[in-house]
Amino acid sequence: MRYAMAIDTKKCVGCSDCVVACQTENNVPIGFCRDWIVEVTDGTYPQLEMEIRSERCNHCDNSPCVRCCPTGASHYGDGGIVLVTPNKCIGCGACIVSCPYDARYSHPDGYVDKCTFCIHRVEKGLSPACVAACPTKCMYFGDLDDPKSEVSLVLKKRKSKTLIPEAGTKPQVYYLI
Amino acid sequence: MASRREFIRVSTLGAGGISLGIPAFTSLAKTFSQEDSPVFKSMRRTPTYCEVCFWKCAGWIYKKDNGDVWKIIGNDDDLHSNGRFCPRGTGGVGMYNDEDRLKTPMIRTEVDGKQTFREASWDEALGFIATKLEAIAKEHGPECIALFSHGSGGKYFGNLLKAYGSNNITAPSYAQCRGPREVGFIATFGEGVESPERTDIRDTRCLVLIGSHIGENMHNGQVQEMSDAIDKGATIITVDPRYSTAASKSKFWLPIKPATDLALLLAWIHVIIEEGYYDKEYVEKYTFGFEYLKDHVKNMTPEWAYGITTLEPQLIRETARAMGSASPAVIVHPGRHVTWYGDDTQRLRAVAILNALLGSWGRRGGFYRPEKVSMPAYPHPEYPKISRTWRDAFPGKYELADLALASGICDATIPVAERDCSFKAWIVNGTNLIETLPNQDNTLQAINNLDLLVAIDTMPMEITGWADVILPECTYLERYDLIRTSPHREPQIALRMPAVSPKYDSKPGYWIARELAKKMGLADHFPHENLEDLLDWQLKKMGSSLEEMQRIGVKTMAREYDDLYFAPGEEIEFYTNTGKIELYSTELEAKGFDPMPVYTPHEEPPDGYYRLIYGRAPMHTFSRTSNNPNLTDLMEENAVWINPKVAREWGLENDQYIHLINQDGKKTQFPIKVRVTERIRWDSVYMVHGFGHDQKKLKRCYGKGASDTNLISKVHIDPIMGGTGMRGNFVSFITEVEVES
Ligand code: SF4
Ligand code: SF4
Ligand code: SF4
Repeated sequence: MRYAMAIDTKKCVGCSDCVVACQTENNVPIGFCRDWIVEVTDGTYPQLEMEIRSERCNHCDNSPCVRCCPTGASHYGDGGIVLVTPNKCIGCGACIVSCPYDARYSHPDGYVDKCTFCIHRVEKGLSPACVAACPTKCMYFGDLDDPKSEVSLVLKKRKSKTLIPEAGTKPQVYYLI
Repeated sequence: MASRREFIRVSTLGAGGISLGIPAFTSLAKTFSQEDSPVFKSMRRTPTYCEVCFWKCAGWIYKKDNGDVWKIIGNDDDLHSNGRFCPRGTGGVGMYNDEDRLKTPMIRTEVDGKQTFREASWDEALGFIATKLEAIAKEHGPECIALFSHGSGGKYFGNLLKAYGSNNITAPSYAQCRGPREVGFIATFGEGVESPERTDIRDTRCLVLIGSHIGENMHNGQVQEMSDAIDKGATIITVDPRYSTAASKSKFWLPIKPATDLALLLAWIHVIIEEGYYDKEYVEKYTFGFEYLKDHVKNMTPEWAYGITTLEPQLIRETARAMGSASPAVIVHPGRHVTWYGDDTQRLRAVAILNALLGSWGRRGGFYRPEKVSMPAYPHPEYPKISRTWRDAFPGKYELADLALASGICDATIPVAERDCSFKAWIVNGTNLIETLPNQDNTLQAINNLDLLVAIDTMPMEITGWADVILPECTYLERYDLIRTSPHREPQIALRMPAVSPKYDSKPGYWIARELAKKMGLADHFPHENLEDLLDWQLKKMGSSLEEMQRIGVKTMAREYDDLYFAPGEEIEFYTNTGKIELYSTELEAKGFDPMPVYTPHEEPPDGYYRLIYGRAPMHTFSRTSNNPNLTDLMEENAVWINPKVAREWGLENDQYIHLINQDGKKTQFPIKVRVTERIRWDSVYMVHGFGHDQKKLKRCYGKGASDTNLISKVHIDPIMGGTGMRGNFVSFITEVEVES
């Protein structure tokens, strides 16, 4: 099993609903977030192009954050999801520095927090909160090892990319372009 | 002008400040203790429909084990949301949690020559209002009382006003927003577009957006359906001087010179007629005036429009053909906020005409026929006869306005010699008129002529700082409201019920209106002590019940009247004078207006000035959300978008704070951040509406960003229906700014 997400940049409008839905679902304190929006504009008026992306932890296959964690708090869970065990985490922040995507933050309660792919929902057969909330339905989640899963199908059909592939982290969040 | 009424920004006297003689927090009756009732205890989720904007998505409020509100998500059966809320709706929890909420009734008072508010009991505050209203009604007549509302409370306070003898009930969402669209479409099709819009975006093959920034305005169903349309490969054409989010999703972006849209529309009509792209059978069968129209646009070629709009003739032709090939599954979207230049009804007429030529009205992928449920009316005593309305202040004007004009009532509050009576009292519920009405000087002058201003709100918006009495309404998470019945593809009803008890000493609008009615001797008009009783009575008459709706939240009914789309060859009588779709409007002609739209040039910015364009951000609903803790976290201030060429000329840099000053010398009250971006034309600047709050009680948003309303002092009134055109203001930059730390 390999959980992954595909996000359609052609449909995302950058509304940030995924951000609020994550914050409320996961009780992320106000002022922090596990997912965020990036907007990139290219060109000069009126020859313009724009890409909007909802970003989060990429649940990398080869994740520097897990490698550098001194306590084992950062670890791979089922389906390759990268997780942090709060009571094992000493808040040293090594993982925050190691992540090329700036996907982690220090929770005010003293541990490092980030996107969990909403594993507590996924275990119950629900999709992650951001995926379930997104008004444009531009996010797909599922098991890459299952060729019939929504995410496998859409990745087969559409062109996609990952972020900073040169970092060698093997991200599992894909952007449809 | 010396103002009698001072704006109160901060100070509120606690009940201890002066002796009141009555305990400040007593309420008249304890009617809301739902959390203790068995039905609440057994439920982790309760149904609601969202009140963060007018889209009214139905969903569920979930609570944590400790009883706190946890999250709000969409109801899968709901046609407005399809189970998915927008960020504002998801962030609706912040409306409930906001610690800056209004907490108790307050009455304006004077201490040591300085005006302030003191806390009051509900009994005292409502008694004060009733006495004042009685005096006003006695001296001037009850018609001198007006209600401004936005949202669910309008029905209750409206009932109160009608029972008292006034029909001056208004909402800025008409004359400051969608009014010209309704009038333009009624003149053409005999029906308006309504809300939610009857646009069949999910099945369209071509969507044309003219200044409508779907995706930045998060009118949920439309955003969702635009995404469906993208999936299905529909052609999107966006006309906007700004590279909007929608423009970035479009096959064609037409970076039009602002204020010239009507010329483009007429040129499109020209091409569609001349090149034979119109739906001949439909036009023949259903429309009136085709030959007049053909003649009218004869010379309005793309080459003619090029000189006006700066858009290449080839692009105008190509986009017209794209629409024509998609016909009838094409939507030339009527937009929503359309009060721009004062000829807005005529511009929207051109939009309607274009749709009629393409045969999209009543067709799949165009505009569907919506249907709604009418709730059974509970018998109530007859309303008194009304001898005057706001219309009497405008003899012979704005006759085609089908709703009251908020700006008209505001103007008719300022006494003038030729009018024997002006408005004396305003009841304002859930609308921050200081920011929603253009020309703030005018609004304040009106307010200063009032004998009574009552503000009913959840938050201490600017309007409350001008009020004589402030009444704290509880949020939609804490109350019942009337059943949602808005029209859609299938008629649906949705229930809003409280998930939690009202915080502080806030009360539901229904309770407030009813208690006030009791004090005004109008109790008969509010026969139900609780809204639940009325809802249950209505629902049972329709074969449902309150109990059922508490369980399911949304119920879909069968369509009763006609099909979603026109059947081939269906005989249709349109609600116009000719019974046809009027390409040539007999109604406008009869009222002395152009029967077919005519392009007239609008004023252009003087040297060194730029046209002010404003719009929406997906995470905010005007000032309603500007202090919401969850949503300010996403966007806490607005920025002014400036083209790099202009920025270079002025030496402006990203993130620098500046002031904007308009053609009349009106300046932003607070500085605004510069965003240098290619996404805006060089002759315009853009900012998101709803920021720059001047109310210290709004701790998170006070002084953050700037208010575009500060800069909208020039208003171009639509002569047909009184809409207030607000895009004829030009701004320049003041780069020397002291920023408060
Ligand atoms: S909720 Fe969906 S459309 Fe909105 S920003 Fe997130 S991914 Fe994009
Ligand atoms: S995105 Fe960052 S935090 Fe997430 S797995 Fe990769 S390296 Fe670790
Ligand atoms: S569109 Fe958003 S704010 Fe408006 S009613 Fe729906 S969820 Fe609420």
